[in-house]
Amino acid sequence: MTARERIAGNVAGYVDDRTGAAKWMKKNLTKVFPDHWSFLLGEICLYSFIILLLSGTFLTFWFDPSQREVIYDGGYQPLSGLKMSAAYASTLHISFEVRGGLLMRQIHHWAALIFMVGIVVHLLRVYFTGAFRKPREFNWIIGVGLLTLGIVEGFLGYSLPDDLLSGTGIRIAEAIIQALPLVGSYIAFFAFGGTFPGEAFIPRIYTVHVLLLPGIFLALITVHLMLVWYQKHTQFPGPGRTEKNVVGYPLMPVYMAKAGGFFFIVFGVTAFLGAVASINPIWLYGPYTPGQISAGSQPDWYMGWLDGLVRMSPPLETHAFGHTISWNILIPGLILPGIMFTGLALYPFIESWATGDKREHHLLDRPRNTPNRTAIGVMALTFTVVALLNGGNDIIATTFHLTINQMMWFSRIGIVVLPPIAFVITKRLCLSLQRADRDLVLHGRETGRLVRMPNGEFTEIHEPISAEKAWTLTSHEQIAPLELPLADSAGVRRPGALKNKLRNRISRATAVAVSKATETERRELEGHH
Amino acid sequence: MKRLSRLRRHRAAGPILLIFALFTIGTTFQVASAVNSDTTTVAARSATIDEGKQLFLKGCSSCHGLNAEGGQIAPSLIGVGAADVDFQVGTGRMPMADMSVQAMRKKPVYNPEQVNALATYVASLAPGPAVPTDAVLNYERDGSVAQGGELFRTNCAMCHNFAAQGGALTQGKYAPTLMGVEPKQIYEAMITGPQSMPVFSDKTITPAEKLSIIKWIKSTEAEPQLGGTALGRVGPVTEGLLVWTLGIGLLIGVAVWLAMKAR
Repeated sequence: MTARERIAGNVAGYVDDRTGAAKWMKKNLTKVFPDHWSFLLGEICLYSFIILLLSGTFLTFWFDPSQREVIYDGGYQPLSGLKMSAAYASTLHISFEVRGGLLMRQIHHWAALIFMVGIVVHLLRVYFTGAFRKPREFNWIIGVGLLTLGIVEGFLGYSLPDDLLSGTGIRIAEAIIQALPLVGSYIAFFAFGGTFPGEAFIPRIYTVHVLLLPGIFLALITVHLMLVWYQKHTQFPGPGRTEKNVVGYPLMPVYMAKAGGFFFIVFGVTAFLGAVASINPIWLYGPYTPGQISAGSQPDWYMGWLDGLVRMSPPLETHAFGHTISWNILIPGLILPGIMFTGLALYPFIESWATGDKREHHLLDRPRNTPNRTAIGVMALTFTVVALLNGGNDIIATTFHLTINQMMWFSRIGIVVLPPIAFVITKRLCLSLQRADRDLVLHGRETGRLVRMPNGEFTEIHEPISAEKAWTLTSHEQIAPLELPLADSAGVRRPGALKNKLRNRISRATAVAVSKATETERRELEGHH
Repeated sequence: MKRLSRLRRHRAAGPILLIFALFTIGTTFQVASAVNSDTTTVAARSATIDEGKQLFLKGCSSCHGLNAEGGQIAPSLIGVGAADVDFQVGTGRMPMADMSVQAMRKKPVYNPEQVNALATYVASLAPGPAVPTDAVLNYERDGSVAQGGELFRTNCAMCHNFAAQGGALTQGKYAPTLMGVEPKQIYEAMITGPQSMPVFSDKTITPAEKLSIIKWIKSTEAEPQLGGTALGRVGPVTEGLLVWTLGIGLLIGVAVWLAMKAR
């Protein structure tokens, strides 16, 4: 035993005597994780969250969350001598006088955008591969909660500098609160401590932004990861991979190195963006005054689709009993997002209800093998993208020489028409890909080598694919549609028949598939050749 | 010669010579100074009006009418003033390339002398806002950047964007970018209200305030791209585009690479 090993052993022994960590570490450091690039998408979120905590803490050292009026006397001459809030003045101070302040502000903001992008792409991966199925429904709901809170947290951060753009955003948020029937005005008064803008909202938003929401984030992320740890990670199907095992590499040393390295890469990409690309140049926007507005005022992208929904909404209002209900704000600002997020959170339960599949799943689906789910996902995505495009309608209109009216009508019609079209196309594509898989298994890979037969016929040589590949392409199960009884044994229509009929319908649509190649079919063809 | 030398001694010779000298000097000064001055003599001015009228008849009258009285497709120009013509023709907006919703800025068709002739002709039809002189346009001396920024954000940013990059209006109309626009033309736009733009009279925004706005626009134009590439200064749309392309693209690329290496 070398001296180094002896010292390391002594230290480890010292710690273990006092914490009993060795047993736990032995078990968990060898824990196996499956390997796929898409399993790293969630890590992007975790790492950008850490970057957000670090850079955000730096910013709090100088940020003054107050709407106290000050006269600007800092270094940026075009704003010199103007009246502004202390929040805005201190953000200018961070940007121009604090060493590294602007870089940190930009890293913080880019990290927030990457955090939200990471959540969305991670969600898409989990959705399209069916990783939300039993036993992971709770973790799915936590994920949807993190997405929702992320939108709120990002919006609050965007609102803190009290520049013209952030004030405009807060003004729209106030309008959405006011659109609530009956209680809207009261809640708005309560939230803003009086009429807008007042002097209360920056300090209040600040507390929520730096204390409450990060705390909830930390708690939820911890639970999210502990559940992944406890339930083990899902894996893509392949030879040797079953519902009962996990094939991959151990945490120590392989995943430690990969995950640790990936953290620094995420930090590097964020810092690179912060160093080369300006984000939220608050000095150009000027201090917030309710009387001012800029053309092209937009929220950050994760709110852009909400803004797009509001922008395309027709001017609907009703007046009843001395109250005005602004449907034009209420529907796109609260009702539609409410339906969307509720549907998203409940999707695992809806799917298992419709398919009757109550089993545990640890093997992932290939998106093509679940055409209905994939098509619903693409449909929802199309809806959101149309709304997002309309959120930038003015910028798109001026850039591509279109008119705002064309953009508005495109999105008003497109948001209704395009999602169903996307559904049909996606479903057809999935079925075609299944057919291609079937052909690949039965007839092998096209080699591109043409051979002329003695009788003059040209044929292309097909090479059989490997047994591993054939297994991967055929291991998924194809569930037959439900056939729930509509009548009891005596032939009398039973209660709940309508519900069963609906479930049968959905189940039939879900079960539509190109039947996969079977072993018998393969043997037959091989014998034939 | 003898006769001339005799007249030299005449008692009226002194006053006559004095009058002659004064007349010569005066005329010379007037002719010399008229070249670079806006105040032309009546004769020169009417010559310019004539030239302008000829240009107008050739290039503008088919839409604006033979006497600038307007027509089915173009407004009357009587009373719009020299500033309006100088802006519309000097920025290349007139003559229009096509009958689209809005005349766009392009390379001017007429040279500065011709623009001046056209402006003088239209101004001769009825009084209107005059072209601001260089003396008026001393924004570097008379303007204040900070005040100009406040005025810009209050009066202009809702169409022209917070950094004067332009923005969309309804039905394909737009507020153009103000980058690279001459101070004189910005001033003229404010006093004449071209296209969809309202007129900002001297009562709404005083001449000194107009100069402050110009000074702020010029300062914004000259401002270096602080904090990295400015992404067009149009707000969060381009930021979102960058994070969804370069940002997540780099990260997914690295993720694929990390997962590949382990094989």
